[in-house]
Amino acid sequence: MGTFIARRLLYSIPVLLAATILVFFGMTAVTDPISQIRLQPNVSQQTIQNIIDRKHLDEPVVVQYGFWLRDVFFNQFGNTALGDQPIWPDLSRAIGNTMQLVFISELIAVVLAVVLGVFSAKKQYSFFDYATTTISFFGFSVPIFWFALILQALATWFFLETGFRLFYTFGQSSFAPENAFIDRIQHMVLPIVTLSYVSIATYSRYQRASMLEVLHSDYVRTARAKGVKERVVTMKHALRNALIPVVTIAALSFGAVLGGAVITETIFAWPGMGKFFIDALIRGEVYTLMAWLMVTAVAVILANLVADIVYGWLDPRIRYD
Amino acid sequence: MTDQQVRKDDEIAEAQTQAVIDSAHLEGLEIKSLTQWQLARRKFFQHKLAMTSLVILLLVFLAALFADFIAPYDFAEPDVPNRSSPPTFEGQHYFGTDKIGRDYFSRTLFGTRTSVYVAFIVASVSTVIGVIIGGVAGYYGGAIDNLLMRMTDLFLTIPFLAILLVLSAFLGAGSPVRVAFILGFLFWTGLARIVRGEFLSLREKEFVEAAKVLGASDSRIIFRHILPNTLGPIIVNATLTVAAAILVEAALSFLGFGVQPPFPALGVLIADGQDSLTTLWWLATFPGLTIVLIALCINFVGDGLRDAFDPKQRVK
Amino acid sequence: MTEPVLSIRDLVVEFDTTDGVVHAVDGVSYDVHPGETMGVVGESGSGKSVTVMAALGLIQIPPGRIVNGEVLYKGRNILGLDEDELRKIRNKEIAMIFQDPMTSLNPVFKVGDQIAEALLVHDDKLTDDAARKRTVDLLEMVGVPNPDRRFDQYPHEYSGGMRQRAMIAMAMANQPSVLIADEPTTALDVTIQAQVLEVMKVAAEETGAGTVMITHDLGVVAEMADRVTVMYAGRVVESGTVDEIFHNPKHPYTLGLMMSLPRVTGEMQKLLPIPGNPPSVISLPPGCAFHPRCRMSEGRELCRTKVPELVEASPGHMSACHFPDEVAIEAKREASVTGLEV
Ligand SMILES: Nc1ncnc2c1ncn2[C@@H]1O[C@H](COP(=O)(O)OP(=O)(O)OP(=O)(O)O)[C@@H](O)[C@H]1O
Ligand SMILES: [Mg+2]
Repeated sequence: MGTFIARRLLYSIPVLLAATILVFFGMTAVTDPISQIRLQPNVSQQTIQNIIDRKHLDEPVVVQYGFWLRDVFFNQFGNTALGDQPIWPDLSRAIGNTMQLVFISELIAVVLAVVLGVFSAKKQYSFFDYATTTISFFGFSVPIFWFALILQALATWFFLETGFRLFYTFGQSSFAPENAFIDRIQHMVLPIVTLSYVSIATYSRYQRASMLEVLHSDYVRTARAKGVKERVVTMKHALRNALIPVVTIAALSFGAVLGGAVITETIFAWPGMGKFFIDALIRGEVYTLMAWLMVTAVAVILANLVADIVYGWLDPRIRYD
Repeated sequence: MTDQQVRKDDEIAEAQTQAVIDSAHLEGLEIKSLTQWQLARRKFFQHKLAMTSLVILLLVFLAALFADFIAPYDFAEPDVPNRSSPPTFEGQHYFGTDKIGRDYFSRTLFGTRTSVYVAFIVASVSTVIGVIIGGVAGYYGGAIDNLLMRMTDLFLTIPFLAILLVLSAFLGAGSPVRVAFILGFLFWTGLARIVRGEFLSLREKEFVEAAKVLGASDSRIIFRHILPNTLGPIIVNATLTVAAAILVEAALSFLGFGVQPPFPALGVLIADGQDSLTTLWWLATFPGLTIVLIALCINFVGDGLRDAFDPKQRVK
Repeated sequence: MTEPVLSIRDLVVEFDTTDGVVHAVDGVSYDVHPGETMGVVGESGSGKSVTVMAALGLIQIPPGRIVNGEVLYKGRNILGLDEDELRKIRNKEIAMIFQDPMTSLNPVFKVGDQIAEALLVHDDKLTDDAARKRTVDLLEMVGVPNPDRRFDQYPHEYSGGMRQRAMIAMAMANQPSVLIADEPTTALDVTIQAQVLEVMKVAAEETGAGTVMITHDLGVVAEMADRVTVMYAGRVVESGTVDEIFHNPKHPYTLGLMMSLPRVTGEMQKLLPIPGNPPSVISLPPGCAFHPRCRMSEGRELCRTKVPELVEASPGHMSACHFPDEVAIEAKREASVTGLEV
């Protein structure tokens, strides 16, 4: 198992390097820092010249890439173009806040989706099955931002009607709360519901499909013919196999979840990576955006690594390859 | 599905194919695709949910297409005396009006038109690109295939929405056509993978081998023999892409980086209603419901199509 | 003659599908005696598997439905017992071996644990250690080399033949009285087939179990079976001792099966497939289900209109043909045309 992880980590290095190329040259092809800065009011010619010198913008693009790469790996992504502020402190704070949201909502999503999927498959064509199918079809069809707005409207309406604050619709914490933990939860519930809803819709479909397939497989028939209890057949023989595709989907969806976080955090003013990204986009802060893209690339690569490890644990065929 | 079931379905499919062949009296390779199409059409027409969804969709699309004639008000012209009106049949403000008196039913109609227009461009552009790239990779294999697969892998490491936001913000300039093409140029990866897989397996089939032995050119083999057999998944994917494109364009526009005013788009309308969620609730509600309705119907149609094209699928 | 250990009586099983009701099994009966092997043959889709799966309550209901019949195990009807009682019979009393050893073992569990599970579910007092010991013995018995090491391996580390041996070990774990083998060798290489059949023979002899050997392969029947049941389109068309069936067939379908066997005559290999395809079990042809493909029927009224019943054509030899005695004449004619001996 140790060598397996080491090998996967080594394999991640070229992927990471390729990601830097994609991010830097992609961004350069789309825009350049100076033209974005020129859009801002009150920027003096001197300031611009300073930026050009500092970021080596008068050199060939490949050289600029080299300097950028140095900043990425040795200077914690370096500084912003305008204002010369270090990027990492704000970004790392945002990462922490986003990870709180994303981890909790993904955990809830995976667990709920597995439960829903397994029950739907066991009770195929039952009322429960149709109900979860309908709910997940809505999950594919409801725009996430609109769903968030509806939640926000309902929470606000509830507060206005009853005078009681159940959930906050804005920010991460109140000013001087009585109980910081409960206050945090009151702030987190709505963004988490928003984020996990779409994931539940997707994962539960996969869980249902793979469970159905496994339940009709030969080895499940063998288990039944052995005299194993149906509950054990489902939870031991079938589920372990049926989890394998769902793990893949959850890992592959990690990027999409971070994308969903961009929208969710913007609406709920959660000070995480999503909001950080939109702010940078509005200001046209190219270096901040590139730092953000690299961080998410690393996060996605790590998510895939975790998925591979879980995989190897679930499926002996992979472990020994 | 048990192996018995699968075998059973195959038998049924064979029997049906046989029946169609008997009645059609056709010869050659055309029979295969013809009968597949007939089977698929029959299965689709029997799919009640998909058919209902298709009818609703067509009505919505027609209403959007003829918005100029149907909309009771202009898109931007305010009905000043009826500002902030809730939904009402008097004065024909079915979806209410906003703070300056613009009619939201009309705005939703025009917004739908923009969003659907964008989504169709996205689906067309991405389908063409996806089929070409997936087909080339699947048919020729080797280095091209490898390069393509590594590229799509790489694209997966960065959140799709983030790439879209960056491109749309810097290149989109708020115009529907630009935004549509940006989306189209990025939506093809899923389809390319599907087409690649189909091509990979089909190029090994006997009838392709036979065509090769007979000296058919690559392009003839691709267009006459392989492509017709992959149309099912392509059509399903293109359909689902329309739904995905509507949702993504709405999100971009809502965040302010997609279609921007003065162009009407559903995401823009929802963003406009965001500030008065609890007071003028109808502003965000109706454009949002319109998106849900369209996306839901397309997903149902896509599901019906998938069932119809899937030879193993049992409709219950 | 001994009492049958397993007796299937007039079993009728149907499946609901969108295209109509599938009459998968339509009044099938056969007996299995202790220590004896009953060979069940017939083309694909003739209902061989569904018969035995229904007997053990292993078909899915719905879409499946057991319409009629009895399955007597040691004289007691087990058809329609509740799940918990059936569970106690499975593997412990009646064990099954399936066709495809590649897919019949769970890929994520160790082979040894899967065999031991068969012991553990039927004996609450058995310790894990004891189960392991017994499993290693079983693996040894079926001829798996290094059984102690093999215990801890996963199915993908086993070859096809080894997996089928493991399946046999699993089936023999509780010394069942009936062993049902559903095409146990179809998926294996010819060289491996003989070995696996040998292991099955030994296993059956050791436990004194009655065996049901389902197969397409008349060669396997000749080798293994004492008596034979021939099925066509969900019904039994002929049954009798293996000698009777091979030397004196009383149904044209059986004859057809034998003519379609590949065999070497001198230097030439001849193969005479039965013309046409098995009928759809959704809408059977009227009259004898086999008549559209029958060489002997020649459009006779009786064949087209009346379903032949399974009756005794000679002592202990049942046939569902209107003209059982013509089969011998037809067999001679075939032999003279093809130079083959029946
Ligand atoms: N779950 C099911 N739903 C519908 N039809 C079924 C189902 N299971 C079996 N059948 C049908 O019942 C008939 C008998 O099947 P069965 O598996 O018993 O055939 P078989 O004789 O074992 O064939 P083979 O030699 O291929 O294993 C077939 O026509 C099959 O399609
Ligand atoms: Mg079978």
